[in-house]
Amino acid sequence: MGDLWDGLSQAFFLLVTLDGDLVEITLRSLQVTLSALVIASVIALPLGALLAVRRFRLRRVTIAVLNALMGLPPVVVGLIVYILLSRSGPFGVMGLLFTPTAMIIAQVIIIVPLIASIAHQALRELWTEYHDLLISMNTTHVQRMKALLWDGRRALLTASLAGFGRAIGEVGAIMIVGGNIDHATRVLTTAIALETSKGDFALALALGFILIGLAIAVNFAIHWLTQTEREGRW
Amino acid sequence: MSRMFPLIVEGAVTRRRGKVLVGPVDLRLEARGVTVVIGPNGAGKTSLLRMLHGIARLNEGRVQWACDEAEARERQAFVFQTPVMLRRSVRENLTYPLRISGVGRKAAEVAAEGMADKIGLSGALGRSALALSGGERQKLALGRALIREPEVLFLDEPCAALDGRAMREVEAILLAAAEGGTRLIMSTHNMGQARRLASEVVFLLGGRIHERGAAETFFDNPETPQARAFLRGDIVE
Amino acid sequence: MKTLWVAFAAVMWTVQVQAEEMKMAVTTSFHNSGLSDVLLPAIRDDLGLEVQLLVVGTGQALRLGAAGDVDAILVHSKTAEEKFLAEGNGTHRREIMYNDFVFIGPKSDIAAVGIATSASDALQKIAASEQTFVSRGDDSGTHKKELSLWRGAGLNAETFGDWYRAVGAGMGAALNTAAGMNAYVMSDRASWLNFGNKGDLALLYAGDPVLFNQYAYIPVNPEKHGHVQHDLAMQLEGWLVSDRAKELIDGYQINGETLFVFNAVQ
Repeated sequence: MGDLWDGLSQAFFLLVTLDGDLVEITLRSLQVTLSALVIASVIALPLGALLAVRRFRLRRVTIAVLNALMGLPPVVVGLIVYILLSRSGPFGVMGLLFTPTAMIIAQVIIIVPLIASIAHQALRELWTEYHDLLISMNTTHVQRMKALLWDGRRALLTASLAGFGRAIGEVGAIMIVGGNIDHATRVLTTAIALETSKGDFALALALGFILIGLAIAVNFAIHWLTQTEREGRW
Repeated sequence: MSRMFPLIVEGAVTRRRGKVLVGPVDLRLEARGVTVVIGPNGAGKTSLLRMLHGIARLNEGRVQWACDEAEARERQAFVFQTPVMLRRSVRENLTYPLRISGVGRKAAEVAAEGMADKIGLSGALGRSALALSGGERQKLALGRALIREPEVLFLDEPCAALDGRAMREVEAILLAAAEGGTRLIMSTHNMGQARRLASEVVFLLGGRIHERGAAETFFDNPETPQARAFLRGDIVE
Repeated sequence: MKTLWVAFAAVMWTVQVQAEEMKMAVTTSFHNSGLSDVLLPAIRDDLGLEVQLLVVGTGQALRLGAAGDVDAILVHSKTAEEKFLAEGNGTHRREIMYNDFVFIGPKSDIAAVGIATSASDALQKIAASEQTFVSRGDDSGTHKKELSLWRGAGLNAETFGDWYRAVGAGMGAALNTAAGMNAYVMSDRASWLNFGNKGDLALLYAGDPVLFNQYAYIPVNPEKHGHVQHDLAMQLEGWLVSDRAKELIDGYQINGETLFVFNAVQ
């Protein structure tokens, strides 16, 4: 209980003094995760739409693989990305290991299956509704996917937010591929792991509370944005 | 004038999981008039319309328009029994068919406003289509189908769930479209509506065309005992 | 949103303006000691060199070096280091400093480690009383040292019963576990002194020379990995064996205790 209280008060202290290191790692957390989220959404949302609209041969296999990959342990993703990006790996010459870019790549791999899977679920329902109309209008596959993505955007937002939640709280993969280098690849979660290993539970908890606050703030911000859109357009 | 007609249907059959939904159908449709498909529930009215429109799999036979198929696909539209509303504003529902066929935003919106006038939804352009009443939805579906000025419009029980006033409005829109040269092919279970709109009647029974004739002849003097019984209101199998 | 991106750009920019950067893999125990917080700013001031630390176990540090993912390593496991060199992964090994390992345990000290006469004696007392002992179990330098100490005491860690808990984690996590279980544990002195969650644990035994822990610096072999910044690694080595480094290392204290002894051959 004492540690919890210490953590809360320390979080408060760090926030009101706008601690320089805290601001830096918080911004880096956001930078990495939001970049990963944008890239993953660009890949996963159309993939979800494609799975809803088209009946191609490997569709069932793809869906099964996506669902299985949702449970992929981040550490495994981290290891694979590490091996690929390592200087002695196939993409070593790019020198990406231990950079924010490597962390973004790992997070993209972790959240694409999650976002694609949730998007597919949501769009499949919308597609049963739209199916007859869009076929009747003689739309192309791309037009059908566009219609689903646009009209299903609110459900897709939920899918993306789920991806954000998983990515912002992820530590296993980015620890391996980012290396938790101070002032270069340290983010909130890796800093929490570090402080925990030092036995500084109060600071670790403080960072944890800030992480929770950040996640809530991002969710609220996005809900507020969609709310204004609803009132403005509809 | 029309290059789509005659529509020639020969030996056309549609099945689902081995069971015949409609067919075999032989039919020749000319460019003029309003064709109304009637028949008891399960006779295959919806399936026939979907087959002609090309959105139901054709298992046997052929459905042949006079022009090439791609052109034919572009020049027809379908209004479903339960109108499908795009989860967008009324305006965007109306512009959608134009936008996907390459019409610019400005021109599409002008056309949408004109169509909204015709279907009596001018005041609702900015509203969500999901917020419309049943009658308004059906009118919007009609407007959306008509906005590309199709040569052929299929309608599957367009007034099944509407009250009298909404039905009157929808029928007015349909008659205006027919006068404007749109070929209407519709199903209904409402005999009053069939009498008001039809120039020819197709009577379906058990997936086949049982009787077909000019509207006046059919209603006043049906040839088959089943058609007579159906018009009397008896149960027909 | 715009200000957010500006802030991102600022973060990225501050990373990019640093003149020279090199990456060095170090062990958790070195980093947890807090010495790096003293040395890194001094290196930046003296050499204009930004040393990015990858804080990992000795095993992983050696892997990173062998793969060419870092420019140099600073570890403390002589046998593993010599194997690393024999495989051509590094240019040479330079001893820099040492600290020592200590035995930590519950204040009640049922095994009586506090009155042990040597490191071997201490371990034999723990094994004889079968008091819970937390082992790193992560193939790190500290773990390897611990295993060699058991062997030195004539015991085989693989035959131990339930009281021997290999947690497979870093020093901090192992200390946290020991604090939670009120167990015995072997730690480097620095990690112990800097550790914030001591609970009911206390330092029970230290001082046997066999517990000394030699840190060595190895630049990664540029002949094996052409991209390695060997010049910077050599600059850093020159600094690490300098009088300036000697002064900082010997002068570093926690709670009035000296942690490291500089012993590089200058």
